Amino acid sequence: MEILVCIKQVPGTSKIDVDPITGVLKRDGVDSKMNPYDLYALETALRLKEQHGGTIKVISMGPPQAKDVIREAYMMGVDEGALVSDRKFAGADVLATSYTISQGVRQLGSFDLILCGKQTTDGDTAQVGPEMAEYLGVPHIANVLNIIEVNDTSILIEMDMANTIEVAEINFPCLLTVEKDIFQPRLPSYKKKLSTKDREIKIISFKDFEDQNEHRYGLAGSPTQVERIFPPSANTDRETWTGTPRELSSQIVTKLRQLKFV
Amino acid sequence: MSKLICHQENLDESKIQELVNICPFGALEAKNGTLEITAGCKMCKLCVKKGPQGVMEFIEEAVPSVDKSLWKGIGVYVDHIEGELHPVTLELIGKARELASAVNFPVYCVFIGYNIKDKAQELLHYGVDEVFVYDYEELKHFRIEPYTAAFADFIQKVKPSSLLVGATTIGRSLAPRIAARFRTGLTADCTTLEMKENTDLVQIRPAFGGNIMAQIICPNTRPQMATVRYKVMTAPERQCEPSGKITHCELDPAKLVSGIKVLKVTRKEVEENISDAEVIIAVGRALKSEKDLTMIEELAQLLGAQIAGTRPLVEAGWLNAKRQIGLSGRTVKPKLIITLGISGAVQFTAGMNGSDQIFAINKDPQASIFNIAHYGIIGDIYEIVPQLIENLKSSKSLACAR
Repeated sequence: MEILVCIKQVPGTSKIDVDPITGVLKRDGVDSKMNPYDLYALETALRLKEQHGGTIKVISMGPPQAKDVIREAYMMGVDEGALVSDRKFAGADVLATSYTISQGVRQLGSFDLILCGKQTTDGDTAQVGPEMAEYLGVPHIANVLNIIEVNDTSILIEMDMANTIEVAEINFPCLLTVEKDIFQPRLPSYKKKLSTKDREIKIISFKDFEDQNEHRYGLAGSPTQVERIFPPSANTDRETWTGTPRELSSQIVTKLRQLKFV
Repeated sequence: MSKLICHQENLDESKIQELVNICPFGALEAKNGTLEITAGCKMCKLCVKKGPQGVMEFIEEAVPSVDKSLWKGIGVYVDHIEGELHPVTLELIGKARELASAVNFPVYCVFIGYNIKDKAQELLHYGVDEVFVYDYEELKHFRIEPYTAAFADFIQKVKPSSLLVGATTIGRSLAPRIAARFRTGLTADCTTLEMKENTDLVQIRPAFGGNIMAQIICPNTRPQMATVRYKVMTAPERQCEPSGKITHCELDPAKLVSGIKVLKVTRKEVEENISDAEVIIAVGRALKSEKDLTMIEELAQLLGAQIAGTRPLVEAGWLNAKRQIGLSGRTVKPKLIITLGISGAVQFTAGMNGSDQIFAINKDPQASIFNIAHYGIIGDIYEIVPQLIENLKSSKSLACAR
């Protein structure tokens, strides 16, 4: 089975503040790590390979230092990795990012199964997986809880649908986004770290893509524009109410209605 | 194509250092006396705005825009599982009406499923101008390809200016697929939506883990798409008289084909767990006897809340230990917690002070619970709670008689 896992390097901390006067982002340090949800997708791929054979590739998009997460994937047992990286991709929103990665995927070959984590911790949109599936022309299932069975041409999975759990069979090739806790991710191995330290990481840039229309990438390929960023209004107000039980009660109901609990 | 350029000739060592420090993404790197922009650049343009004059420049190229006058109306995706409407749908209709009235647009619903014709009728009680129904057996279960095809058919037919989709399991899977197909913008989990006069939808969402709000627009493409979580917007009142019309749409059978087969649907067992509860009523020592829990249960039922409590109640055997909040119990972070007769010892508050809205009712104005409560209500729970139950009951029975 040919498996591709999409991974991303994210900031090590979500503690980012905006200076309320200048509007400048203040990042504490430049620590970065693999998006934690991607570890579950990687573990899923590794278990499938252990049982059914095949190869696992990973793809990531980002600046050159994002190679670190590909190295980490190698230490877990991934066979090949590629980084999609180019200044031309700067300022990409979800759409441009999904399109860019899907172009990169086409450069890596064909896959039976593409796995993604449920979302990233920095963007939190959970949209890139489904958008990529659209550009790759394959069906997708999100919120996969469990892999039940793998057949020659399809995979049987269990998915979380809020009020129900559904068992579905999806034909290859397809894309799945997996839930946290689908499997317990393994730790990177020191042995593998040594044995893969010289393993190549392929760099894919704009010039490698099939689609050479610059307007589909980066800022130009992004339909959404951030008009401004601002700190959320802090709600530190505390109110104390006194009165008769009747007054207090109707005051509570009014407030609950305003807050949409009633 | 818009781009960021660096006038290297105007650089010196200190300016390079200044710019490297300004970039929040570490995308400006000093290299042998020059400055390099790496692929980490997010085009936030802070280096242009805050950096030394004349070094960084943003060259903007006008992007061709769609003819916005061809795209009219606000569309709402009707979220449901096997025909059971998700309440986020009504909330989105409420918001859509508000947005639509600003620019004199109609409000549409797109309803995709099987055996849903009756359910479509119900939507007409909420002020929708037209409901577009795709009713096919192949659409019984949510499967991505046929659902995308039906949604896309609606967009091509109706050309809505904006689309609102619930950020539910289905919405979060379907909306991106549509956005990619139409090469348009999609903003996830919006908390505020506003309409500009030129029909651009202003979308505000928390970014970077909620520490920052980002205001986003989608000025050059249509439809503009946003997902919104449940309980963020307000559902309109149900009107007794239906208005608007239902249109049944045909879909080419070839578009109903899917690579997915749903084999089994199991309803989840609802196991009550106070850690997952969105609304909690917490009781403390002010409760005089076990039988008084009946009153608390009634209140909890009216608010869809779970009951939790402090350690003394658990030790008295009135509450199961799984319902204890605090350091020796569980930590909860509901959207709403109402504490009844709880003084607010640290052992308790440590397990709940992350809650979004804290209402506290207590007789003692000095009780430390009032230091953390957003709404401190000074009074006796035995006087306020029965009154509250009565008020909540009467407000529920206001719904129109069919």
